[in-house]
Amino acid sequence: MALFQVSGFTSYLELRGQILPAGQTQLVDRTNHYNFGTKTQEFAVPLGVDPSGFLKSCNRDGGVCIDLNHGTTTLAFKFKYGVIVAVDSRASAGRYLASNDVNKVIEINPYLLGTMSGSAADCQYWERLLAKECRLYRLRNNQRISVAAASKLLCNMMLGYRGMGLSMGSMICGWDKEGPGLYYVDDEGKRLSGRMFSTGCGSSYAYGVVDSGYRDDMTVEEAYELGRRGIAHATHRDAYSGGVVNMYHMQEDGWIKVCKEDVSELIHRYRKGMF
Amino acid sequence: MISSQTFGDPGKMRDYHYTGPVEHRFSPYAFNGGTVLAVAGEDFAIVASDTRLSEGYSIHSRDSPKCYKLTDTTVIGCSGFHGDCLTLTKIIDARLKMYKHSNNKTMTSNAIAAMLSTILYGRGFFPYYVYNIIGGLDEHGKGAVYSFDPVGSYQRDTYKAGGSASAVLQPLLDNQIGFKNMEGVQHVPLTQDKAVQLVKDVFISAAERDVYIGDALRVCIITKEGISEQTVPLRKD
Repeated sequence: MALFQVSGFTSYLELRGQILPAGQTQLVDRTNHYNFGTKTQEFAVPLGVDPSGFLKSCNRDGGVCIDLNHGTTTLAFKFKYGVIVAVDSRASAGRYLASNDVNKVIEINPYLLGTMSGSAADCQYWERLLAKECRLYRLRNNQRISVAAASKLLCNMMLGYRGMGLSMGSMICGWDKEGPGLYYVDDEGKRLSGRMFSTGCGSSYAYGVVDSGYRDDMTVEEAYELGRRGIAHATHRDAYSGGVVNMYHMQEDGWIKVCKEDVSELIHRYRKGMF
Repeated sequence: MISSQTFGDPGKMRDYHYTGPVEHRFSPYAFNGGTVLAVAGEDFAIVASDTRLSEGYSIHSRDSPKCYKLTDTTVIGCSGFHGDCLTLTKIIDARLKMYKHSNNKTMTSNAIAAMLSTILYGRGFFPYYVYNIIGGLDEHGKGAVYSFDPVGSYQRDTYKAGGSASAVLQPLLDNQIGFKNMEGVQHVPLTQDKAVQLVKDVFISAAERDVYIGDALRVCIITKEGISEQTVPLRKD
């Protein structure tokens, strides 16, 4: 209607489409054979079974063994000079080591980083989608998205598929108008702001190391060393973490990649202090 | 001779007793064997696969290669459940054509990899039981290999083995191409001839130790001149 359009009134459905990107997806049992899922994202679900337990139930039949890439240790902490983000680089599929040099930090934009732990495919897909939404936000609103808003977007995406077996534990780190930001988001829809988090199966080991060495007034070099040690010791004790330590430092003018060091060499260096 | 520990949980001796009535559900998946391998060089890429199609104790076909040509510079290797491999390659072909018609250019290797990741994830709740490896040349003409898990997690590699004998092949490649765990060796980059020979040797070794590998090996070599194919016989037992 003419008046409707002239007055600039946005209908509820359009608005909802902008706010909830996940709201556009449909759950179907097979991909649309005319569009192949190019127009809107479709997710196929098995009929009549609970999606979260479906794969496990298939794994006993006749040699079928579908193992998905998993496992990590990641950590991030805020300190006086910004945020340190450190991750390992191992991806395991069941007992098999699929890769020892996965990149578990997604560089959303020069001021935002996201870490990945849990199911590799879930993390890669949803964080790439988050990067797309952050870019759209920047284009629509002519200012960078805040860390709180970015983490909220990811959290709402997870809530849309709660109970369906997604597995993702992520930390969104950035620097916005409020200063350095660090949020933990997971597949249950949990979203927490804090000074220090560690996720993944090796997180307990990393927490122990970082908790014992953390001081708010650390120098930058001390913070780098703490992040390195946290990951190195966690990979030493957790079978599903390993590879290299990828470390980033989030500063006021953006993030920098600090290092990429092999954990076996690090453990060898730390051997003096271990026993 | 079948080892008593082949089936059931690895490492546990199987108890032989009546467990009660067992419900047999229809399984949408089957395991058809097959291994795929891809290696990226300076200006070439190699994608190789065996050609045996099996199910349980039977061999359905001795001439069912698992490499599919996508574009002039990209080949995909798909192993796992043959039904899903066929459907997935049909869908990828359709999407390639759609892209060509809307954008008037062929998809690059890394674009195909990113697209495959979203196609696979769209079936994340009911996955394609396929282990994919894409081999091809990137926009700069250098060799590129992209490896996937069944739900779409992917990364770019220099070499990767996927499928039933992946655990047998991958450590050998780590040692010979990645020079892992070797002291005092020069990291010489792989020439095309050496890479092809290595791929052949590695499959011959795998056929000795994995029942699902054998019959023949199909090697696709991708260079800027195009894609050339070779077939090498393997053990037929």
